[in-house]
Amino acid sequence: MTEQLDAGLVAERIAESDQLSAPSGDREIGRARRRKEDARLVTGRTTWTDNIQLPGMLYVTFLRSPMAHARITRVDTSAARARPGVVAALSGRDLADEQGSLPCAWPVTEDIVIPDHPPMAVEEVRYVGEAVACVVATDRYAAADALEEIEVDYEPLEAVVDMTEALTEGSPKVHETGNRAFTWRFAQGDVGAAFRDAPIVVERDYVQQRLIPTAMEPRAVVATTDGDSFTLYSATQIPHVLRVMLAMTTGIPEHRLRVVAPDVGGGFGSKLQVTAEEVLALLLTRRIGRPVKWTESRSEGNLTVHHGRDQLQRIRLAAERDGRLRAVQVELLADMGAYLMLVTPGVPLLGAFMYNGIYKMDAYDFTCTGVFTTKMPTDAYRGAGRPEATFAIERAMDELAHELGLDPVEVRRRNWIAHEEFPYTTVCGLTYDSGNYEAATDRALDLFGYDTLREEQARRRAEGDPIQLGIGVSTFTEMCGLAPSRVLGSLSYGAGGWEHASVRVLPTGKVEVVTGTSPHGQGHETAWSQIASDALGVPFEDVSVLHGDTAISHKGMDTYGSRSLVVGGIAVLSACEKVKDRARELAAHMLEASAEDVEFADGSFRVRGTSQGRTIQEVALAAFAAHDLPDGVEPGLDAETTFDPDNFSFPHGTHLCAVEVDTETGGTTIRSYVAVDDVGAVVNPLIVEGQVHGGIAQGIGQALFEEAIYDAEGNLLTTTMADYLVPTALDLPEFVTDRTETPATSNPLGVKGVGEAGTIASTPAVVNAVVDALRPYGVRDVRMPCTPERVWRAINSGTSGASGVSEASEGSHGSGAPQSSQGSRASEGFEGGGR
Amino acid sequence: MIPAPFEYVRAGSLDEACRVLAEAEEAGEDVKVLAGGQSLLPLLRLRLAYLSALVDVGRLAELRGVEDRGDHVFVGALTTHDEVLRSEVVRELVPLLALATATVADPAVRHRGTFGGSLAHADPAGDLPAVALALDCVFVVRSDEGEREIPASDFFVDYLESALEPGEVLVGVRVPKLGPGWGFHYEKFHRTAQSWATVGVAAAVRLGEGVVEEARIALTNMGPTPVRARAVETALRGVPLGSSDGERLRQVCDLADEGASPPADLHGDPAYRRHLARVLTRRAVVTAGA
Repeated sequence: MTEQLDAGLVAERIAESDQLSAPSGDREIGRARRRKEDARLVTGRTTWTDNIQLPGMLYVTFLRSPMAHARITRVDTSAARARPGVVAALSGRDLADEQGSLPCAWPVTEDIVIPDHPPMAVEEVRYVGEAVACVVATDRYAAADALEEIEVDYEPLEAVVDMTEALTEGSPKVHETGNRAFTWRFAQGDVGAAFRDAPIVVERDYVQQRLIPTAMEPRAVVATTDGDSFTLYSATQIPHVLRVMLAMTTGIPEHRLRVVAPDVGGGFGSKLQVTAEEVLALLLTRRIGRPVKWTESRSEGNLTVHHGRDQLQRIRLAAERDGRLRAVQVELLADMGAYLMLVTPGVPLLGAFMYNGIYKMDAYDFTCTGVFTTKMPTDAYRGAGRPEATFAIERAMDELAHELGLDPVEVRRRNWIAHEEFPYTTVCGLTYDSGNYEAATDRALDLFGYDTLREEQARRRAEGDPIQLGIGVSTFTEMCGLAPSRVLGSLSYGAGGWEHASVRVLPTGKVEVVTGTSPHGQGHETAWSQIASDALGVPFEDVSVLHGDTAISHKGMDTYGSRSLVVGGIAVLSACEKVKDRARELAAHMLEASAEDVEFADGSFRVRGTSQGRTIQEVALAAFAAHDLPDGVEPGLDAETTFDPDNFSFPHGTHLCAVEVDTETGGTTIRSYVAVDDVGAVVNPLIVEGQVHGGIAQGIGQALFEEAIYDAEGNLLTTTMADYLVPTALDLPEFVTDRTETPATSNPLGVKGVGEAGTIASTPAVVNAVVDALRPYGVRDVRMPCTPERVWRAINSGTSGASGVSEASEGSHGSGAPQSSQGSRASEGFEGGGR
Repeated sequence: MIPAPFEYVRAGSLDEACRVLAEAEEAGEDVKVLAGGQSLLPLLRLRLAYLSALVDVGRLAELRGVEDRGDHVFVGALTTHDEVLRSEVVRELVPLLALATATVADPAVRHRGTFGGSLAHADPAGDLPAVALALDCVFVVRSDEGEREIPASDFFVDYLESALEPGEVLVGVRVPKLGPGWGFHYEKFHRTAQSWATVGVAAAVRLGEGVVEEARIALTNMGPTPVRARAVETALRGVPLGSSDGERLRQVCDLADEGASPPADLHGDPAYRRHLARVLTRRAVVTAGA
């Protein structure tokens, strides 16, 4: 439409950000190493689960419910069993005695309702796509054809698709116990007092639409047994957690169960799960005695990979006339779907301490109710809870600025924690260890050309240009690096948040790092090699990283929540330090010096003040030979560490987005996007850059493109990628990225998590920009995704774009909450936010 | 994503393809012609369609290629979208076809998907049917009983239904050259770069001294078939473009959706699509006339 950011300028800015990350001296940390795992990943010369072929392998296909809610009255698999190539055809009834219940590891309240969740439905189906039967056959084709021969009779029950309606008296019930799973509350300070005489109150309702994670690699499972022990290969993020949970679920003793995550093609939280298919594959191989494989299709995945987000949010801000916040109050309804899966109820809690964002205030109140519906269960999706929180507070801060006639950056400045106030304990009780919001914001404004764009915006508004310019601001932080085990315990989570690493220097001086993290695209092999290389003074190429197999890495908590570097990476560093201490002792013995007099630099131990030394490789060989070890020193050069962090990690940043909205068609084009992130010290700037780019793209997906839509009968309408729109590079602008570096004080590397930051920051930046473009039309909100049709309707009705034929009608607020004194409400009421 | 079983026949010649299709018809079998497979195979893999056999014409060189034949360009049915795009003949002589083809899906699809397959599939959300309709293309089809011609105005019968009879194969399409003075544009509105048109407008405009003398307009995804926007074509005659009188053009283009019956789906309801058709028609006409 109008000019794009000049390509030369983009290159210049990228070059600038490279300079920032230039390594000091020969250090590996800070170097933009190309990822050592990429050649095999991008050429496919690797083992994805679906590549695995075992002798005698059978193929599983699942028959899935076409009904959102129904009683199963009959399943007849006899015709399927009679078909050629079919080894077994089973219903839920056939497996009922051995299949157990899929686990929920996060009972967030004492009185939470955790319904029985059979991997294959026996009596009743509660969402479209729930498995009701399966065929096991000698090839995929025979299995798919036989599936159509299975007859199932259903007695339809009423679907429950709208959370608000689900909580009303007389609503059909998803489970006999009712549709409320739990209500969880957290409050600090005197919120009532803060709101009572507040000069300004802004109250807004937002809809976090349901999302489908859409990892590039579909899920796949292979299970095999020798009759005694079992091995499960799965495209999972969590081989270690999975092993424990499967042992508890299936009764296979933990020591007889090995779980392998081969190379895994992305997860975004969707593979942080104990799935029905994983359990059933184990049961089938146990029953049949032959290896079985299941690989989902994309449309099957859209139905049955756990979904993300799906919350109705009400946020209220109480503020002074100068824009300073007094308090924030949040009420959430969170759609659990039909069952509680691994961390389903905990997802909103991960956001519960984040609705205050980077701002200072005196009081805070958060309430969340988890609601059952007859839809696919929700669970973790990139950011899990924190994107929702950041969206609500950052959208509401823009609304506050608008109410006060202040610039949205200025209203943030008046509220954020100043650089000199760190470490800062927030109203939620979290201690943000470090940050510099001023520096990141100033840099972003500069790169963005904020003032110039504001001038252009004013000009276009004055001229009535059909293409309007909007500017969106998002200043975010998030809690990641999950997590201090004690904190998880206080939130009733079923496990700890530590991480394990072991490091061994082999006789030839090469190094193996075994990590309990489980990479699925993040580049751990490269980053862990850089950490070990610096710590041990060995070449980067001399380090191998082993992971993703419980028989190799016996102990771990896996990868999610931007935890791998800040927990797992620190464990690697710590194990390296232990190795070095052991090597120092042996080197001192070899040099006939005392350990205190031996210093380590550039891979060699030297007696201080002399040229006498031994390389770490020489020490490793001596440790292997063990011919002359000091008393009490064990042969070999290896060590391990289990690291439990004291605090979360708090990356932050400022993202600015400029959009052009075509007011005639409703189409939105992102014109420029600037992200200045502060993720502390950086191990590999190239990997950080990739995480930021991918994260921003995924957050833009939520803002403009993606939505899982169920109809009133509970049918998912977005089962293909023609209907569930995921943006590609063709739909996205060049991102201008930069960093400020405020080292974390909570770990020795000074690093912070980066895996989710881009996704958390970008969604509100984009929606704020869209709404900003439409302010002259009286628009205060556009529901996500801001589709052209919604934007067009918003322009033509001056509301949220929700009045369309296919949209929920306006609802009134029924809970008796006081109306806002200043901010008028978004047109879409809390009650009307369903779909 | 595994299709139900079907027979597969690779035709060695067009005559063989016609013969196999005729025999299948006689036997009452449900048979389809397979070309690039970009539309048909997903339907089979999703088990939205069940066929007894596919007759693969993919290797028939006689169905492939672009030829300048005086008053028209003949485009063989098996010519891929990519080949159409790279054809100098197409770009020079029937540029509207190139403009629309450039918006089809993505490079991978354009390398496999064929010009004729896309038309024979008769998807009103496809980009090429509107082009064929706007230009009054002529479809050349062959069966065991010989060859016949079908004008574009008769070819698109209903949603995913063309005038091709069982046993008939689309050989190619005559794309008329409109002669000097014409300008062209294909205006496509879609949600992502690779998604189907929410609405598309194929426009050909002949100007004389800044005034529209003749216009041909057809709409993508505004009904079960592509729609020829006759009302706006007529009303455009005599309307000046590029002058200060934008209001008149705007009023005229508000007729664009007359006679359309747009679908409702996740990307737009009928009212929104009608609005888009009007806006996009104005833009297409202005660009074509520029």
